[in-house]
Amino acid sequence: MPEPAITRDEVEHLAHLARIALTDAELDHLAPQLAQILESVAVVSAAVGDVELTANPVPLSNVFRDDKTKPGLTAEEALAGAPAVEQQRFSVPRILGEEP
Amino acid sequence: MSELISMSASALADALADGDTTSVEVTRACLDRIASVDVDIHAFLHVDTDGVLAQAADADRRRAAGDRSGPLLGVPIAVKDVLTTRGLPTTCGSKILAGWIPPYDATVVARLKDAGLPILGKTNMDEFAMGSSTEHSAWGPSCNPWDVARTPGGSGGGSAAAVTAFETPLAVGTDTGGSIRQPAAVTGTVGVKPTYGGVSRYGLVALASSLDQAGPVARSVADAALLHDVIAGHDPMDSTSLDRVWPSMAEAVKDADIAGLRVGVVTELGGDGYQAGVLARFEEAVELLTEAGAEVVEVSCPNFSYGLAAYYLILPSEASSNLAKFDAMRYGLRTEPDGSVAPSAEQVMAATREAGFGDEVKRRIILGTYALSSGYYEAYYGQAQKVRTLIIEDFRSAFEKVDVLVSPTAPTTAFKLGEKLDDPLAMYLNDIATIPANLAGVPALSMPSGLADEDRLPTGVQIIAPVFEDVRLYRVGATLEALLEDRWGGHLLRSMPESLAVDGASA
Repeated sequence: MPEPAITRDEVEHLAHLARIALTDAELDHLAPQLAQILESVAVVSAAVGDVELTANPVPLSNVFRDDKTKPGLTAEEALAGAPAVEQQRFSVPRILGEEP
Repeated sequence: MSELISMSASALADALADGDTTSVEVTRACLDRIASVDVDIHAFLHVDTDGVLAQAADADRRRAAGDRSGPLLGVPIAVKDVLTTRGLPTTCGSKILAGWIPPYDATVVARLKDAGLPILGKTNMDEFAMGSSTEHSAWGPSCNPWDVARTPGGSGGGSAAAVTAFETPLAVGTDTGGSIRQPAAVTGTVGVKPTYGGVSRYGLVALASSLDQAGPVARSVADAALLHDVIAGHDPMDSTSLDRVWPSMAEAVKDADIAGLRVGVVTELGGDGYQAGVLARFEEAVELLTEAGAEVVEVSCPNFSYGLAAYYLILPSEASSNLAKFDAMRYGLRTEPDGSVAPSAEQVMAATREAGFGDEVKRRIILGTYALSSGYYEAYYGQAQKVRTLIIEDFRSAFEKVDVLVSPTAPTTAFKLGEKLDDPLAMYLNDIATIPANLAGVPALSMPSGLADEDRLPTGVQIIAPVFEDVRLYRVGATLEALLEDRWGGHLLRSMPESLAVDGASA
């Protein structure tokens, strides 16, 4: 068996980087699918041509607008969809590694 | 059944202008139709009954007061659930946005409201527009009105199914790799992806920012043109929006004439992998164009064969970055990990994204994270961006020889629900003919070419024009549509199985 394009351990690491807590069952299921997809998309390496990279298909440069204030969301509107709110702020879980 | 629901948007516009009906009457007819058929079709994720009737009444008041905002004043519309709607749920087909009510309108939605189109509700889609069948919607798939055991395509299957089932005369879709055009093809309707930057992306929840484009979903080329004119135009809120004045697409439909038009058949978008009935109807459509005076030649675009692979590197890369904003902090779902007393923000984020995203979204985020990692970036993402340039050059040299390119839109007719759900590569192949236009930013339209002999299901033909030349899609599309309908003796949807077909559809 040739090495898969991506291993289960690598998928687990990438999921961690992407902040998705995949279950073991999902890793078993997704890892071989991702290996298959990667093997398939690897054909891009066969395309030849000494060309620039394209990021935007209809390139524009220096898109600015006037630096003028205009009405935006109120604090109430901005917070309306938040999972938790405290003192007119987004309330978030602890961000440091140690216990609070 | 009300005759109003079978009318085209153009016919409704005339009836409203002549005072033969009111927006409230038309809107009520659509709501009744939704109530009677959407239990089978599931095109809508949310129907805004009270809101749409209030908007319809307002449109009637505006018209009575002499407002002539445009022909579609008072004609109802449905909006894909990926566009934000102030005060209406917007989920993108994802559990992670369950119950989210955006505090602002997408520019496309604001333009619809300015033009007086009452918004019936939000249509179903694959989660964050990742898919070709709507089966990746967290809220269950939509069904194809031609055969409810089959998918209406995707990701915009809800919008396509809604116009096909006569629940609405018009809908808005979005197209990143074919999500407007492929559903149009497999439902026998019309869908247009405008030139990249032609329609504002502000408030369009981004899948792949350099590919996404909103566009019209309709039952005829003329109807799509009317809607295109409403939603296109420069928006300072989107820095990729093109600052130019667009010619009227509706006018282009009126002066449809293709004598002397040079049409290129793309060698690489046909042959192996395409269903026999799809190819047969495509060849007939090309024959009709020839008979109408077009000059048809075959054109090769050799780098299109790398299009699918490049797309499935660029899209996941951009998506993995765009979807990082679903972090459980400011809006959307927040899930705490099991068995943790005081979980960290990072643990909550990972638990939320695990619970809130479906398989296909997870696959693509991980794929994109991989393609953007150091050590792989050049070989995958960089090389895909080079392929993108090569495809743009293929289009450029093709358009030196011809005015428009044509191909089948999708390689097959509608497939059965469940058939490709857990086979990502098979699912991805549905977009093989539509992806090149997104990679190059060029405009493209899909319209019905007939029914495949083997399964009596709709097939689609795609017309592609150079950047900025969206009007050509409508000129050629309107001409071909008239020729085809002559042959069919009316609109293709009149051939739909009886349960959902509408007698005498003028659509």
